[in-house]
Amino acid sequence: MATTSVRQLPKTELIMPGTRSCAGCGLMLTYRHALKALDEGKTIVAVPASCMTVLHGVYPITPVNVICINNPFAATGAAATGIVAGLKATGKTGYTVVAFAGDGGTYDIGIQALSGAFERRVNFIYVCYDNEGYMNTGTQRSSASPVGAITSTTPILAKLQQKKEMVKIVEAHNLPYIATGSPSYPLDLFDKFKFAKNVEGSRYIEVHAPCPPGWGFPNRNLIKMGKLAVESGIHVLFEIRDGKFSLTSRSLALANKGRKKTVSDYIKGQSRFRKISPEQISELQAFTDKRWNELLERHFKDSGDA
Amino acid sequence: MSENSAPIKTISKPAKGEAGKTGDWRSQTPRIDHQKCSQKDSCLLCWLYCPDGVISSNFPLQIDLTYCKGCGICAEECPRKAIEMIDGR
Repeated sequence: MATTSVRQLPKTELIMPGTRSCAGCGLMLTYRHALKALDEGKTIVAVPASCMTVLHGVYPITPVNVICINNPFAATGAAATGIVAGLKATGKTGYTVVAFAGDGGTYDIGIQALSGAFERRVNFIYVCYDNEGYMNTGTQRSSASPVGAITSTTPILAKLQQKKEMVKIVEAHNLPYIATGSPSYPLDLFDKFKFAKNVEGSRYIEVHAPCPPGWGFPNRNLIKMGKLAVESGIHVLFEIRDGKFSLTSRSLALANKGRKKTVSDYIKGQSRFRKISPEQISELQAFTDKRWNELLERHFKDSGDA
Repeated sequence: MSENSAPIKTISKPAKGEAGKTGDWRSQTPRIDHQKCSQKDSCLLCWLYCPDGVISSNFPLQIDLTYCKGCGICAEECPRKAIEMIDGR
C-alpha cells in the first residue's frame, strides 16, 4: 500500500531535461522516480547496452546526475559485483549499488551473470525494466515478449511462445526482497525502491515499462496502458519480503474487488497484437488467469499467517 | 602509485540538453488553462507522470517548452482537463 503521497515526493530531479529517450517513455518515468527514492548522492548505477544506455547519453555529456558505469550486455550482475567489491576494498560505505537492465539484458543475455550475483549474495539492487522486447535495437523479440506480439524478428507469424516467468526464476535464489512495479503507479514504485534501499543483500525489482513505439500505441496513453496491464492481470503488483508474499497498490484492490478487465481490453489498443489469433487470445487469457489465481492464493495464505 | 594516478578521460559530465533542445521533437504543444487548474489543492498528477520532469511543481504550473517532447501524457491524465494539446510548436 502506498504510504507516500504526491506532495511528499522529493522535488529534486536527478535527470536533467533534454534526454535521448523517446517521448512518453515508460523507462524514463520509472528511472525518474527510482532515482528520487534512491539518491542521497550515494547511488552507483550499472547499465548494460539497452535503452538505458541511450538515455545516459553520448560522451562527453550525460543527463543523469548519478554515478554510472556502462558494462557489456551480458555482464550486469558481474559489473555490479565488481562495484560492490571495489567499494568494500577501498573502505567506502553508505553507497547503494543498483543495476538497471532491460528484459533482454535480464531474461536472455544477462541471466547467467544475474544468477551468479544472486548466488553470491552480493549486496545490490537489480532492476529489470521489462518493455517486452529489444526496443533499443529495433523491437526484436525477447523471451519477455508476450504471445501474439509482432516484433521485427517475428513479423509474419506473431510470437508463438508465452512470456517467461522471470520472477519465479529469481525467487529460486531465496532473496530477501523481490518486488514488481509499474510507472503508472509511481507512488507504489517509489515506496518499493525506498524499502529496497534499506534491505541488506541481493534485491530484485521488476518494472513493467510500456513502450509506445515498440508496442504501437500513442505516446499520450502511456499511463493508461500501464494501468490496463495491471487491471487485466497481465502485470501484477506485489512484493515478497523474506518469502512473505503480498499484493500491493492496485493489484491489492483488485484482489478484494475482483478483476473486471480482460486481456482483450489490454491488447486492442496496441498495434503489435494486430495479428493475434482468437486461440492465442484465449491462451494468453488462460495463462494470465492461472498466474493471477496462483498469486491470489499465495497472498491470502501469507496474509492469513500474519 | 604514480603510474595509476593518470586521470581517466572517458567520464561524461552531467549537463542539460544532452540530445539538444528536445522541444524540437514536438508536433503538439501543451497549454495550461490556469483557470481550470485549481492552484491551491491541485493534484500535481501532470508533474508526477511527466517522463521528462519538465513540469514545475510550484504554482502556477509551468512547462519547460525548450525540452518538452510533447508526448501529451499531462493532457491525457489531467483530471480537470486543464491542459490542452495544440498542433504545432
